[in-house]
Amino acid sequence: MEIVMCILAGSLFAAGIYMLLQKQLLRVILGTALLSHGAHLFILTMGKLNRGAPPVLEKAAESYTDPLPQALILTSIVISFGVTSFLLVLAYRAYQTNHTDRMDELKGLEDE
Amino acid sequence: MLHYYILAPFLAAAIFPFIYSDSRRLHAGWFVLPVPVVLFIILLQKLSVLISGDTIMQTVRWIPSLDVNLDFYLDGLSMLFVLLITGIGSLVVFYSIYYLDRTEQLKQFYVYLLLFMGSMLGVVLSDNVFVLYTFWEFTSISSFLLIGFWYKRKRSAYGAQKSMLITVMGGLSLLAGLIILTNITDTTSIRGMIAAQEDILNSGLFIPALLLVMTGAFTKSAQFPFHTWLPDAMEAPTPVSAYLHSATMVKAGLYLTARFSLIFSGTDAFFLLVTGIGLITLCAGSFLAVKQTDLKGVLAYSTISQLGMIMAMLGFGTGGAVLAAIFHIFNHATFKGSLFMVAGIVDHETGTRDIRRLGGLMSLMPVSATLAFIAAFSMAGVPLPILNGFLSKEMFFTASLKISQTTSLASAFADFVPFLAVFGSIFTFVYSMYLVFGTFSGKGNVKDLPKKPHEAPKGMLAAPAILVILVIIIGLMPNLISGSLLAPATEAVTGEKALVHLKFWHGVNIPLYMSLAVVIAGTLLFITLKKWQPLYGRIPSYASADRFYNGLLSVLTNGSKQLTNGYMTGSLRLYTMIILAFLTGAAGWFLWRTGGFAFSTSDLAPVTIPELIIGAVMLIAAIASVFMTHRIAAILVVGVVGYGLSLLFVFFRAPDLALTQLVVETITVGLFLLCFKHLPKLWPLNKTAGEKFFDLIVSLSTGTILTLIAISAHSSKWFDTISHYFVETSYTLGGGKNIVNVILVDMRGLDTLFEITVLGLAAIGIYIMIKLRTKGD
Repeated sequence: MEIVMCILAGSLFAAGIYMLLQKQLLRVILGTALLSHGAHLFILTMGKLNRGAPPVLEKAAESYTDPLPQALILTSIVISFGVTSFLLVLAYRAYQTNHTDRMDELKGLEDE
Repeated sequence: MLHYYILAPFLAAAIFPFIYSDSRRLHAGWFVLPVPVVLFIILLQKLSVLISGDTIMQTVRWIPSLDVNLDFYLDGLSMLFVLLITGIGSLVVFYSIYYLDRTEQLKQFYVYLLLFMGSMLGVVLSDNVFVLYTFWEFTSISSFLLIGFWYKRKRSAYGAQKSMLITVMGGLSLLAGLIILTNITDTTSIRGMIAAQEDILNSGLFIPALLLVMTGAFTKSAQFPFHTWLPDAMEAPTPVSAYLHSATMVKAGLYLTARFSLIFSGTDAFFLLVTGIGLITLCAGSFLAVKQTDLKGVLAYSTISQLGMIMAMLGFGTGGAVLAAIFHIFNHATFKGSLFMVAGIVDHETGTRDIRRLGGLMSLMPVSATLAFIAAFSMAGVPLPILNGFLSKEMFFTASLKISQTTSLASAFADFVPFLAVFGSIFTFVYSMYLVFGTFSGKGNVKDLPKKPHEAPKGMLAAPAILVILVIIIGLMPNLISGSLLAPATEAVTGEKALVHLKFWHGVNIPLYMSLAVVIAGTLLFITLKKWQPLYGRIPSYASADRFYNGLLSVLTNGSKQLTNGYMTGSLRLYTMIILAFLTGAAGWFLWRTGGFAFSTSDLAPVTIPELIIGAVMLIAAIASVFMTHRIAAILVVGVVGYGLSLLFVFFRAPDLALTQLVVETITVGLFLLCFKHLPKLWPLNKTAGEKFFDLIVSLSTGTILTLIAISAHSSKWFDTISHYFVETSYTLGGGKNIVNVILVDMRGLDTLFEITVLGLAAIGIYIMIKLRTKGD
C-alpha cells in the first residue's frame, strides 16, 4: 500500500507543479493546493500505514498507528490553509489593481 | 619607536582638520609641514645605526592568534624608502602650500596626503606580510582619493576609478601570493620566509606564488601591461603626481620586488618575468612618451619607462645591477620629482600643459627653465659630471652586459638585453629633450596662452630647486650617499656585504660607447622629430592597453548585464523551472551516485480495494484539474482531490486528520468560490507545444524523483519510531486518551502556538489587503 501511496503523492506533486508553471495566477494557487495535498499524503505514508488501531487509547487495542505524523500533518493542514486563503485574497487584490491575472503581464514597469 | 613614526601621520590626519578650522589665516600646509620634516630628521639620525651594520626591529602584538603582529623592521632598503617618503613628502607639502589655492578643499587634501604618507611608511617598514598588505591597500585607497581630488571633473573620477581597479586587482593578487607563501613556510614574517627560501623554491606552488606577488608589484609600479592607469592618474593635482606617481607609491612595487628578491632571485622564472616585463616597459614607455603632447603625460610615460628600467635591473639580480637599481630609485625620485614640480609651475603660470602651445618660456621663466634643463638632462643620462642620472644609467648599461652571470636562462638572452637597454635609452633621451626644448626654447606664441607667463614665486621654486641641487650634489659626489645609504640598501636586497664606490669616469669601455651611441642617436632623432612624430598616428589603436582596459570593462559590465537579463526575466514560470530543475537534477544525481535508491516489499501494508479506488479517483481528478477550462469545474476537481484525501485519512486511521481535512477543504472551496466571483474566467492554456513539453518534462521528472525518494525512504528505515513513547505516556503524563491531541497541545504544544500565530497573521494580512487602499483604487 505504501508504494501505491508514494506513487499517488508523486503524481499529485507532478500535477501541482504543472499547474504552478502555468501563466494564470489562479492556476498557480490551485497548484499549491495540490502540492500541499501531496505533501500531507507523503508524510502520512512515511509513518507506515494501517498498523493497528486509530491513535485513541482503548483497552482492546494492542497497537496503534503512528500518532506523530498525524500531529505533524494536522499542523501542516492548518498552516497551508492559512497560506492558501492569504494567496487567494492576494490574487483577488492583484486582479482588482492590475486588471489582469496573466503572470507574464504582471512584470512591473519597464524602467524598474 | 618605529610604530610612532608610522602612527604620526595618521594621528596628524585625525587631528589636523580640527586645528585647521580654528585658524584660517595661515595656509593649511604650514600645519602639516612639521610632520614629514620632523620624521625626516629623526630617521636621518638612524642612519648611523645602519652604517654600523645593525638593523632595528620592533614588535607590537596585534592579532597574535593569527600570527599577525605589527612587526616593523628598519634596514637599508627600508631606510632608503623612508627617507624618500618623508624627504620628498616635506618638499611636496612645501610646494603645495604655494601651488594650491586657499579656495581649494585643503582640509581634505592634506588629510589624504597624510594618510598616504603614513600608509607608505607602513608598507616599507612592515616585516609581517599581512601588515604589509594592509598598508599596501591603504596606499591604493589614499591614492584613489588624491587622484579624484577634483571630483567634479569627469577625467579625475575616471582616472581615480581606473587606478583603483587596477591597483586593487594587483593588491588582491599580492594577498593570494602572500597567503601561499605563508602556507609554505608557516611564518608571516618576510625575514622568516627568506630564511625558509629552500622550502619555497622546492614547493610546487613556487611559480604561482611568484606570479601572484609580482602581479601585485607590477600593477603598483605601472609595469606593462598594467601601466595604463598611471597616465590617467595625472588628473591629480601636480604635488600629488610628483609625490605619489613619481617618487613614492609607484616605487612600492619596486620595493616589494627588491624585498622579496632574496626569496625569488636567482631563478629562471624570476629573471624571465621581472627582467622581461621591465625591459618591455622600459622600451614601450619611452617610445610612447614621445607621442604625448601633455607635459604630465610625457612625465607619466617617462616614469613608466624608468620604473621598467629599475625593474629590469632588479631582475638581473647581480650585485652591481641591484646597486644600480637602488641608486636609480634615489636618482629618479630627485629628478622626476623636480620635473613634475616644474611642469606644475608651467601649468600654474601659463594655464596650459600642452607642449604644442608652449615654447619660448626660457627668457620669461629663467629659473624654472634652468631647473628643468638640469633635471631633464639627468633623466636623459647626458654624460656630464654633475648629473646623477648619467651615473645610474651607465651602471645600468654595465649591468646589462653582465647578466650572463646570473642564471642559465639569462645567458641565452645576454646578447639582446644591451640592445634593448640602448633602444629604451635613446627614446628616453628624445623625450627628455622634447620635454624641455618644446617647453622652454623656440619661438612660442606667448600671447595665445591663457595666462601671461612670468616667473613663479620663490616659495614654489624652492622645492624643485632643492631636488635639483641634490641631483647636482649626487652627480658631483656620488660617494656621499654610497656608504651610508646605498650600501646598506644593496646589502638588504642581495644579502651580501656590499662595497660601494661610485666614480664618474670608468675609462673608455663598452658602457661609455653605449652612452655615446644613445646621445648621438638621440640627438639625431630629436632634430628630425617633426618628420617622424606623425608616424605615431599610424599605430593601430587596438594595440593600446588603454583601449584594452576600456574594452574589458565594457565587456564585463555588458556581459554581466546580458547574463543577468538572460535569466532574470521577471517570469515566475522560468524561476520555478530553474529551481525545480536544479532540485531534481541534484537529488537525482545524488541518488544515482550514492546508490541511494532502495526498494523493499518486506514491510508493507496490504493493498485494499476501497483505498485503491479512492487513490485512482484522486489521480484522475488531479490530472483533470490541469485541463479544466471552466473555473467552477477546476475548483470542484481540486476539491475532489482534497475530499479524497480526507477519505484516505479515514481509511488510514487518522480520525482527527480526516475531520480537519474535511472542514478545511470545505472552507477552501468556499473561499475559492467566493473569490472567483470577482476573478476573471479561466482562459485556455494557449501555450506553444514547446512550452507544454518543458512544463511536462519538469513536472513529471520532479514528481518521479519525489516518488523515488519516497519509496527509497520508506524501504530503508534505519531507526524505529519514537511513537511508542507517546502511546505509553499519553494518559499517564498527558492525561488524555486521544494521542494526537495530546501531542498537539501537550507534548509538542509550541508547534500549535505558532500555527495559531500563522492563522492569526494570515487573517490580519487578509483584512489589511482588503481594507487598505492606495490612492486611485
